Amino acid sequence: MNAYLSKTLHFVAGDAQADRVVPPTGFTARLTVFAAAAMAFLTVFALALSLATGRLADRWGDALAQSSTIRISAPEGQMDTQILAVMEVLATTPGVKDARPLSDEEQHALLEPWFGPDLPLDTLPIPRLIEVVEDDDGYDAAGLRARLAGEAPGAVLDDHTRWREPLVRAAERLRALGLVSILLIAATTAVMITLAASAALAANAQVIRVLRLVGALDAYIARAFVRRYTLRALAGATVGTVLGMLALAALPSADAAGGFLTGLGFQGAHWLWPLTIPPLTALVAFAATRNAAITTLKERS
Amino acid sequence: MRKRNRGYDVIELEDVSYGYGGGTLLTELSLKLAPGSFHFLTGPSGAGKTTLLKLCYGELLATRGRVALFDQDARGLTRDDVALMRRRIGVVHQDCQFLDHLSVAENIALPLTVSNRAVDPAELNELMKWVGLQAQAGAHPPELSGGERQRAALARAIIMSPDVILADEPTGNVDWEMSLRLLTLLVELNRMGKTVMIATHDMNLIRSAKAQVSARVLRISDHKLQLAGADL
Repeated sequence: MNAYLSKTLHFVAGDAQADRVVPPTGFTARLTVFAAAAMAFLTVFALALSLATGRLADRWGDALAQSSTIRISAPEGQMDTQILAVMEVLATTPGVKDARPLSDEEQHALLEPWFGPDLPLDTLPIPRLIEVVEDDDGYDAAGLRARLAGEAPGAVLDDHTRWREPLVRAAERLRALGLVSILLIAATTAVMITLAASAALAANAQVIRVLRLVGALDAYIARAFVRRYTLRALAGATVGTVLGMLALAALPSADAAGGFLTGLGFQGAHWLWPLTIPPLTALVAFAATRNAAITTLKERS
Repeated sequence: MRKRNRGYDVIELEDVSYGYGGGTLLTELSLKLAPGSFHFLTGPSGAGKTTLLKLCYGELLATRGRVALFDQDARGLTRDDVALMRRRIGVVHQDCQFLDHLSVAENIALPLTVSNRAVDPAELNELMKWVGLQAQAGAHPPELSGGERQRAALARAIIMSPDVILADEPTGNVDWEMSLRLLTLLVELNRMGKTVMIATHDMNLIRSAKAQVSARVLRISDHKLQLAGADL
């Protein structure tokens, strides 16, 4: 472990004299830095998407699974009677932890996005809603429906199953797509850095020839290229990651806007995740350049 | 640990042939370079002088026969083994390739750099003075004249104090005065115990060496190696 750490530190610290052996190559240098920065920027968003959809799936999966709604439609004079009947049924239903009718203000808030803020709720025949929270064991939905049909014919139980499950599935798919995107971005980064490193190796055929002539080992030649491209990728990815994190931090907060897209970001310790992008990009660049260098040196032997 | 040649020829070719594309360039070629010996290799252009030198430093592998570098069969050497061999065999190429982005001093010190050995500025300065390039230390290779490039290549070839120095037409692009100066440098190295082989078609140069050193003259003719007259 210590030997590995020592090697890594030696690689990062480098050797000023050895670093100068490979000439600076402007085009491929800029290409590598830009590619790493762009890919890191995209990775930040893919990571944020994956984490946000993960949170969404958890919320929908856990929170909504514990709650359901009973909608009561009844003529004006019978509404209170029906509500009382439903509450009595719920009070004696095993698995129901809590139940309460939504207030006028809460119903108003639910309808406001569709009808606007000045909705005259009291003049409209709006059904009343009762929020039901179940305990860990849950209740028997079929049994409850049967009892409601007998005791309060205007009451309909909606346990959210029919719309919650597709949403949870969609959120989980989005999370998986986010992870696939990160893998694809990593692969694309590897390809781009391999191409840039291969181009640099091809452009430096004479340098390689001279180095071999004076007794340079393959590992020495490869290291000169690998270190340069790894550090460039690290620098580019650091810039891209910082820009990506700043862009996410600048998004409107979820609380203010309340939508899913504005919740696309990191929360709490999740802000640490993007910090892994630069070293991982450098690792990808290291592997890609090393592979390209060894292949090229073998071909030129 | 550096392996010293004890009791064997530094480079030995035994019934070697080399060809490419179906043709034969060299055949039935046998040669032994004893430690501290001095050889000239002559022959018309295209006879295979450069190829023979390349066989001697592991750049090419013989298509037949055996080449031994410091008693090791060249065919069994890995790329890294060949690289390590080249630290013991200094090569001066006809076209003198350098790294143009490095200074002349850095180019001359390159064999030390790639072997992760410290460059002693005083020793480097002394070497550059010896080859007459002290004033050009900070210049870049494209700024050097033909003669300066040849001397820089020679300095680079000997900075690791190799056992063998192989020079391919080292006087090909320089005037007569510079040719004699380069020859003198190579003779001095030979007197220090280095094995030297110079490929050249310049007979005047070979004659000029006569007064300074005991050398064998080998000639490639009709794809074969022959001893060209008596030793000088």
